[in-house]
Parts: sequence; C-alpha cells; structure tokens
Amino acid sequence: MNHRELEELERAIERMMDLARAFGLDIYPMRFEVCPADVLYTFGAYGMPTRFHHWSFGKTFHKMKLEYDLGLSRIYELVINSNPCYAFLLDGNTLLQNKTVCAHVLGHCDFFKNNAAFRHTSRDMVERMASSAERIYRYELEYGRRRVEELLDAGLAIAEHVDPSEEGRNARRVAKERMYRQRLGQRAEPPRRAREPGPYDDLFALDGPLPEPEEESIPARVLNKDVMLFIIEHSSALEEWERDILSMLREEMLYFWPQLETKIMNEGWATYWHLRIMREMDLSDEEAVEFAKMHSSVVLPSRTSINPYHVGLAIWEDIERRWNEPTKEEQERYGRRPGEGREKMFEVREMETDVSFLRNYLTKDLIEKLDLYVYQKVGNDWRVVEKDWEKVRDALVASRINGGIPVLYVEDGDYRRNGELLIRHAFEGMELDLRHLEKVLPYFYRLWGRPVHLQTVVEGRDVIFSYDGKKVQRSFLKD
Amino acid sequence: MVEFTLQREDWSLHRKGHIDQERHREKVREAIREHLADLVSDESLIMSDGKQIIKIPIRSLEEYRIRYNFQKGKHVGTGSGDTAVGDLVARGKPDTDGQPGPGQGEGAGSEPGVDYAEAEVTLDDIQQELFRELELPDLAEKDEADMVVDTVEFRDVRKKGITANIDKKRTLLQALRHAKKDDRVVITPDDLRYKTWETIVKPDSNAVILAMMDLSGSMGLFEKYCARTFFFWMTRFLRTKYANVQIRYIAHHTEAHEVDEEYFFTKGESGGTICSSAYQYALDMVNREYPPERYNIYPIHFSDGDNLTSDNEKCVQLVKELSSVSRMFGYAEVNQYSRSSTLMSAYGKLQIPRFRTYVIRDKSEIYGALRHFFSQQQGVKSA
Repeated sequence: MNHRELEELERAIERMMDLARAFGLDIYPMRFEVCPADVLYTFGAYGMPTRFHHWSFGKTFHKMKLEYDLGLSRIYELVINSNPCYAFLLDGNTLLQNKTVCAHVLGHCDFFKNNAAFRHTSRDMVERMASSAERIYRYELEYGRRRVEELLDAGLAIAEHVDPSEEGRNARRVAKERMYRQRLGQRAEPPRRAREPGPYDDLFALDGPLPEPEEESIPARVLNKDVMLFIIEHSSALEEWERDILSMLREEMLYFWPQLETKIMNEGWATYWHLRIMREMDLSDEEAVEFAKMHSSVVLPSRTSINPYHVGLAIWEDIERRWNEPTKEEQERYGRRPGEGREKMFEVREMETDVSFLRNYLTKDLIEKLDLYVYQKVGNDWRVVEKDWEKVRDALVASRINGGIPVLYVEDGDYRRNGELLIRHAFEGMELDLRHLEKVLPYFYRLWGRPVHLQTVVEGRDVIFSYDGKKVQRSFLKD
Repeated sequence: MVEFTLQREDWSLHRKGHIDQERHREKVREAIREHLADLVSDESLIMSDGKQIIKIPIRSLEEYRIRYNFQKGKHVGTGSGDTAVGDLVARGKPDTDGQPGPGQGEGAGSEPGVDYAEAEVTLDDIQQELFRELELPDLAEKDEADMVVDTVEFRDVRKKGITANIDKKRTLLQALRHAKKDDRVVITPDDLRYKTWETIVKPDSNAVILAMMDLSGSMGLFEKYCARTFFFWMTRFLRTKYANVQIRYIAHHTEAHEVDEEYFFTKGESGGTICSSAYQYALDMVNREYPPERYNIYPIHFSDGDNLTSDNEKCVQLVKELSSVSRMFGYAEVNQYSRSSTLMSAYGKLQIPRFRTYVIRDKSEIYGALRHFFSQQQGVKSA
C-alpha cells in the first residue's frame, strides 16, 4: 500500500468505526498494523506476535508462507483478542481488500468483547505471552536449548487437555491456596463465606450439614478434565522450572480456548458485519465488483468440510430474518414481535458457543437450503451417507464439542498403587487416531515420570494403551 | 468515540518465523542423518531421475496430539444443491496391505482430512547429508596449478537482484499465478525473480576411479543391487564434490572389458568368475593412461567373492601391485548369508594399509561401505 492508500484507508476506518457504533457494535480501541506477508504469516503460525520460539511454529510458518508464495491460499488479516484489539493487515492487499478486512475485524472485536465464552480471557495476553517468551528464553540459557525444546515438545503435545470452565480456569489458584493453607496447618478448604439466607435453605437443612471434603492428595473432581494441571500439580518427575513452563503453556491454551469453541459463530458474525458495513461505504462500481468477488471467495462452500464463514453467515442471516418476520404461529406461541432480528442476534452473540449455536439455530430449512450432508468412508471412497437434517445437525454439533478435541479425564494418579497415571478417554462414538495416541503416550510418560495408561474404545471394545518408558502395549479389558 | 490507530512499522528485522523454520530444517536434517543407512539403500531413489521427492518417516517432525481418527469418522460437508445419499464426495487412495506405519491409507491427495504424515525429503537433501561425511582418502596434490577450481553456479532464485540476471521464465510464471482468469497478465515488481550465483570452490583432484563389478552368473539380483547402489552414490558424490574426477567402468566375469556407464548400471552378464581379469585390465589401464605421479588412482571392486579358486593367488598378487600405485583400493563383497568366501579369506591375510575390504550382508550396509571407503582412515568396519 502506498502513502495515499494508507491515508484513504485511515479515512475509511474512521467512517467504518462510526457505522459500527451506529449498528450497535461494542468494540475495544483498535490498533491496525500494516505488515508484510512473512510477518503476518509469522503471527498466524504462532497465534500471537509475542509468543515463544518453537520449531513447530516455524514449520507452520513455512507451510503458510509457501502456500502464499505459490498463490494457493492467503490469509488477509489477523486479529488478536486483546484490549486494545490488534489487527494486522497485509501490505500486499489492495485498498479495497484492506477496507473489507477492517470491517470484518470490527465484527471480531465486538464478538471478543461481548461473547460469554471470552468473559474470563486475559485481555493483556500480548504482554503476558511476551513475558512468558522471555522467561522461557531465560530457561534456555540456564538449562540449555535442547532440554527446553524437549520439554516444550512434550508440553505442546498434551496442552489441549485443560479445563476451560470457570472452575477449571481458577483451579491452579485454588490448588495453590490449598497448599499454602496446608503448610500453615489450617483447614484445606477456605471457610465458606457466610451468605444471604436463600429460599431453599429449609430444604438443605433437612439433609444436615454437608460433610467436610476429605483431606487427600488427589484433588477434587473438577480438576480431572485438566490433565495438564493434574500433571503440573502432581507429577513427581518435574523440576520447578519445568512446572513453570507447563503452566505457561496451559495459560496460553486457556486463552486460545474460547476461539476454538466459537469458530463458526465468530467468523459468521464478522462476515455478517463486513457485508453490512461495506454496503454503507460509498464504493465505486469497480470496488463493488472487487468486493463481491472477495466476499464470495471467502464464503465458498467446501464438499469435505464446513466453511465457518459460509455456514456461520447463513445462520446469522437466518436468525435475523426469522425474528424480523416471525410467522403467525411464532407470534402467537412465543410472543415474537416483528422487527426484533438485530436484538435477537445481539442476544445470541452474547450467550452461545458453536455447540449451542448450531443446536438452537441450525434449522431443518437451513440445512436443506445449504445442502449439508454427512459423509464417511465407504470402501475406499468417501460417500454421502446421511441427508436427514437432524442427523446432519447432530453430526456437526458432535464435531464441535470440546473444540473438536477428544475429552480426556485423569482417572487415577496412583494406578495399580504404583504412582502410575491412568487417563480415560470419554468415548462418545468416535475412535482415536491410534498412531498419534501411541506417539503421545511417551510425552505423558516424560512429564509424569512413571508408567502411563490411556483407556479408550477400539472396535467396540475397551482397550488400555500403556507405556512404561520402553514400549507401548495395548490390552483389551474383559467385559 | 472509540479510538483507533493505523500504522505501518518497519518489520524488516522481524525474523522469528525464519529462525524457527531454520530450527525445523535442522531437525529434518538430523532425522535424515538418523535414517541415512535406510535412505541410501532405498530402491525408489536409485531408479529415480534424481528429481523425485520421496517421503520418509521422520517422527520428530510430526506434531502428535490426541485426536480423532478421521478415517473412521462421520463428517459434514456442503453440496451444491441436490446431493443425495450415496453420492461420491472424494476418492480415497486404496489402503495398503494393512501394514502399520507411514503410508497406511494416508498420503496427500484428494482425500479429506489427511495431513502429510511424513516429511518430504528430496534426493538433494539426502545427498547433502551423506556427502558431508564422505571424501576421497589420501588425496595427493598431483599438479599444484590445477588444484583449486572456481566455478560459478546459478543455484538460487531471489526477489531482489540485478537486472541482467532476471529469470524470465520464473518471473512470467509468477505473474501468471497472480493473474485472474480473464485478466491481462501484468508483471508487477513483486513478480520479478532474479537468479543469483554462488562461487563454488572445488578441489581439483586429478583422480580416477576404476569401478569394477563382477557380472558373472553367481551375482544375483541382491548382489547387483547393492553394487549398483554403491556406485550410484559414489558417482553422484564424486561429481558433486570434486572437479575432474574420471570414472572408468570395468565389467568382468571370466574376462574383463570396459563398458559405458549405462551398461554398467543396467546390464547383466553370465558365466564364471575370474577376478584377476579385472585387476589386470585396471593395471593395464593405469600403465597406459594414468601415470600415478599425475593421478590419484582409486580402484573399487564389487564381487560376491565366488571366484575361481585357482585364480585367488593371482588376485592377491595383482591387489598388491594395484595398491602400490593407488591411493586406496577398495574391495567390497556382497555376501548375504555370510558364506566363507575364498577370495575374502585370501585378502584377509593381506597387510596393506591402502587396501580396504568390506562385507555387505544387508542393504543398509551400503551406507557403511561408502563411509568405509571414502574416509581418511578406514571408516566403519563391517560388523
């Protein structure tokens, strides 16, 4: 972009910010940065400009950059959930492209600020990741690059297994407090806060006082989805600096988590708003054509996957239409009044994540209109196996549970009375990739320091995969 | 009023992605080194035209996670309006024969949800690692004036450069990539590609390799494969690393004769074996064309050791003679079943520092043979 274009973009952004506010979007202060492709792709690969060094980010960076250089794909923009909100624009974009990107980014920023899943994310993550990177670098100087890298390899392999719920999020702090109290010889649990008398107190009184939680080294149930935290807290093999690095990885994962959970909603929302905002901009005929081309390439559907821009936008527009023009029945049964489309959209944008968004608003009509289907492998080919709308919806919902990542629980931290770790996969019909599973077990072992076992289901049978530091074995459990 | 800023900073010092990519490359190279013995004996390489990309399992490069088995799952896709149950979404590659490990039902292609499971490695990558370890042993300065040769090679393409070195073909290709379907092709400054050169310093060796191979009837497919693989890498190694190394190919059974490279690498003969015929032929060649005071001479002989017993004594005699004019004389015996061979037992007693022997029992030992012969000291001994 040349100087004149930058100035024009600045004027356009000013106008777009006004439009956004008039539409009711609620956004953080914005920091737009224009940068060259390799910088943009670095941020894309790392998820954050300030993140620590690791070869896997370099690998992703290289792949993205290569695809860009070969003209196979490009990312137009990168936006970071923080306050102020950072948006990185590609220097090589045309002026119109960057205008569209800015409009799109405003949608994301509103979503970050207002969606419930993001309520607890740290908005100063840019700085926190920078200081984590700094600390990891200091560990490299102290303990050697190899050792740090090898720990990061293991940590990153299992970092997805955290508990992003509010309880889980605070679990590390709670656990620390408990340890602190124990050290002081106090009760493990903080005294319950006196609370206002409630309407159901008489019912609780019937049961008598709740039993005190037992004092034990294995933490409470809520922690058990947080395999990462369990290992940080209870592994006997980790040094303090190693626990510190793993805690940083966990914190970063918790930051990224809401984005995993709201991909379809968030991209659909941003796409919806770039359409609305760009429509209000005075585009020349030429620009209007370029915009239409760009927009349609963004929402291009795919035979083998769900394009979140495409499906997300369709759901949002469907919600708007249905609440703007409710049928007679809807008006009578639900008391819906015409013209409440936007209001409803803002409510949905606050409350839902992808799972509930799809469950509640991906309707029969929409599924048929979008021609969504379920496909799977039949022989050597991939074929459509289901068109029934409920089955399609359920399959899509299922794919979005837990951000699409298998759910693991810590079942036992003293398995076989030998300090071994037993992890259970919450099997819900989808088998794990066993090749990957067998490669991840050694990472668990590295971090736990004792044999590790993972229970899952293969071909309808319960199986435990075990790794004892030498090789992986699988044993079938009898029914 | 919500505030905003728009700025363009100087990012030219931002190297983070490149630094970590370099670390990734380094890990690829480490993995190649670990797998060299297998890679060097990979059949698909030897048959290839040298441009082929092969995939090798390099575990450290994949990022393993607990994830779902895509192959067994149900997935949602988007049709164009009238999709029906049974319609084809994508064609899969046929599964391999159920063997675990890389390649099982995977690989890039039209299949959905499939990542590259293995790292892509080119012949060049392997060469680079392999050739770092190899050198002509005891190379003597035969004619000082010619010892070092500077050559210039165009071997890189960049976005900046001098106009005289514009790579027209690549520039045009780049412009074509950017051009929309119906648009005129316009070459933008971003499309320009320049060739850049490097100065290559090669030691000039005045060396000659006398590659001898037993092509008698007893040399089976395995024996010939090992010998040819060895010579394949040797040839590439010498051509890459040294200027002016000559290679002469001598095939023999009961008689020896010189053949061209293609014949040497592809043809089989038959008949009994008299190894001395090849040695005599080599010795005559040296006397005729390669005076030892001007040439570094390296005879290398591949055989299965199945020599006519009465010929062994003559062989020993000729080995001594050839060794005395050579910088190194290598004898490699491909001996899959560890038979006791008469030739090797005769050579075993020889105490000539310049004469090196190696037994290849397994394909993966070709790599060991290369390192054994092409190193300053006798390299890896066969186990």
